[in-house]
Amino acid sequence: MSVEAPEFVILPEPEEGNHGIKEAARRKLSSPWAVLVVAIITILWTIPTVGLLITSFRPAADAQNTGWWTFFRNPAVTFSNYAEVITGGSTTATGIMPYFFNSFAIAIPAAIFPLVLASMAAYAIAWVPFRGAIWIFFGIFALQVVPLQMALLPLLQMFNLGWSIGDIPIFPDLNKPGSNQSLLAGTYIPLWIAHTMFALPLAIFLLHNFMAQLPRDLMEAARVDGAGHFLIFRKIVLPLSIPAIASFAIFQFLWVWNDLLVAITFAGGTPNVAPITSYLASLKGSYGAQLHLTTAGAFIAIIVPLIVFFSLQRFFVRGLLAGSVKG
Amino acid sequence: MEEILNGLPKLGSAAAAIAIFLAFLLIVFFIGARFRGRLQGPAALIVFLGPALILVTMGLIVPAFRTIYGSTLDANQEEFIGLDNYAWIFDTQQGVLINTLLWIVIAPVASTALGLTLALLLDRMRRESVAKSLIFMPMAISFVGASIIWGLVYEYREPSREQVGLLSQVVMWLGVEEPPNWILWQPFNNYLLMVIMVWIQVGFAMVVLSAAIKNIPADVVEAAELDGATGWRLFSRVTIPMIRATLIVVLTTIMIAVLKIFDIVRTMTNGNFGTQVVANEMYAQSFVQFNEGHGNALAVVLFIGVIPLIIYNVVQLRKERAIR
Repeated sequence: MSVEAPEFVILPEPEEGNHGIKEAARRKLSSPWAVLVVAIITILWTIPTVGLLITSFRPAADAQNTGWWTFFRNPAVTFSNYAEVITGGSTTATGIMPYFFNSFAIAIPAAIFPLVLASMAAYAIAWVPFRGAIWIFFGIFALQVVPLQMALLPLLQMFNLGWSIGDIPIFPDLNKPGSNQSLLAGTYIPLWIAHTMFALPLAIFLLHNFMAQLPRDLMEAARVDGAGHFLIFRKIVLPLSIPAIASFAIFQFLWVWNDLLVAITFAGGTPNVAPITSYLASLKGSYGAQLHLTTAGAFIAIIVPLIVFFSLQRFFVRGLLAGSVKG
Repeated sequence: MEEILNGLPKLGSAAAAIAIFLAFLLIVFFIGARFRGRLQGPAALIVFLGPALILVTMGLIVPAFRTIYGSTLDANQEEFIGLDNYAWIFDTQQGVLINTLLWIVIAPVASTALGLTLALLLDRMRRESVAKSLIFMPMAISFVGASIIWGLVYEYREPSREQVGLLSQVVMWLGVEEPPNWILWQPFNNYLLMVIMVWIQVGFAMVVLSAAIKNIPADVVEAAELDGATGWRLFSRVTIPMIRATLIVVLTTIMIAVLKIFDIVRTMTNGNFGTQVVANEMYAQSFVQFNEGHGNALAVVLFIGVIPLIIYNVVQLRKERAIR
């Protein structure tokens, strides 16, 4: 596992002026006790994951009968756990790989769709003057109040049976005639749509906060030169908003990759569409005692978010800060 | 190899979906850009704001009302039964409500307190990034992954056998002869599940609070130090008031996350052994028991729980807007 993490970017940058003095004071204040406490907590926080990693490489009998810390006395390494999880072996028919690919196929579009739509909406609220913009903004922010759980059943009904007000169809009934099977069943489409819907409030909120701070002169100069909203959005606002967009893209990708609730509601458990989290949950349910397999599966599932996290940490942190640091 | 080849069409369909989506947008943009003069503003509004508004209306607003209405219907959503579903929650599900309440209070407070401590300690250190990254790392791990990681810590074996679970082993090294089966150990198993949530959320609290502490103007701290404030007094009179707003945002953000907590309980115990919480019970009622009335009512209970937290955040936001 990588520990060579990039330096954190803390926004805004610390003041330049009295840097030297402050730095000296900080060094003096840095007591050995503080270092000790931080070191202990860091170790405590890391040990469980290390245990997972070690267990996933131990032979089945060792993993099930001895603690992973005995590995250091009796080091035996095998790759057969990973081989079994990947091919399915005697446990499941398909192995983990179909689910692994499903996770990518779900998470990448489910990060891009809401981002594009949210940046458009954020631009409209920030830079297309219209009455009630502020109310739409607060309304969208307040929509975070709706827990996912509230939307699950109605959305499922919409995907399966369609919606209509009286006789006017709002969302078509996509059942194949004469069968009870929706056309959307077994596709990623319900997952993409659901994740997009649920991501929009936060995405619009964060991107709007960023875009609203772009310099007004820039927009006005472009407008004087005859550029319309579509041109300004594509040529000025989008390129300048890349940092905010990148932050949210990473955030949303990790969120979707790690999601279980939306996944098991809209995808069921089939290897055609279900993501890796849903496979892991069922693996733990049915083969919880096979520690060597569940740990190998879990490691395959968490390696992608960990790589994304460690390589793009600074964007991720910036996104978090934009969402929660005020003032 | 075969497994990877089988996966490629899936990535292909995702790429195709993205391509279609972007192509569609380009066409809409092309048409939208042809409107000039007085129609330009309205055309831009419809194109830019329309899709997002339609999606949140269909995905959040309408479902919210349908769920509220559905919570007054019976199990099959056919007959109106008034508030019977809520009566059922408060009569028979008190344990679930109490557990959820414990979660909402304990996990966010513990995460924030520990995160604040770490942020303060790290603020005084020069080499902080490795520790920060490692403590922050669990945020990138899914709740399901975390459950498997912590399943290893809480794993139970007969005391006479060699131990596999780390917690049991540590407790035995400390002299306890018969450690309990942690996951079945009521009511403490609830707290053991909360530890997982704290493990995940501390990094978030630490990073955000650490940024807030660094944002405190240096002259404020120096002035206080010149006046003789040190240690605890500096912390309680200067640091805490200066980061109060951020502290509350962190607390409410974690609270909202905890209220909807579902994955940890589902994968660790599936709500058995006295660990059920509202979010998981909602799922069980709707999709396992097929009692949609109960499921809807539980979702509304979650909704009512989140409302005050969001209202608080909106009020804060408006205040901040007013200042700008």
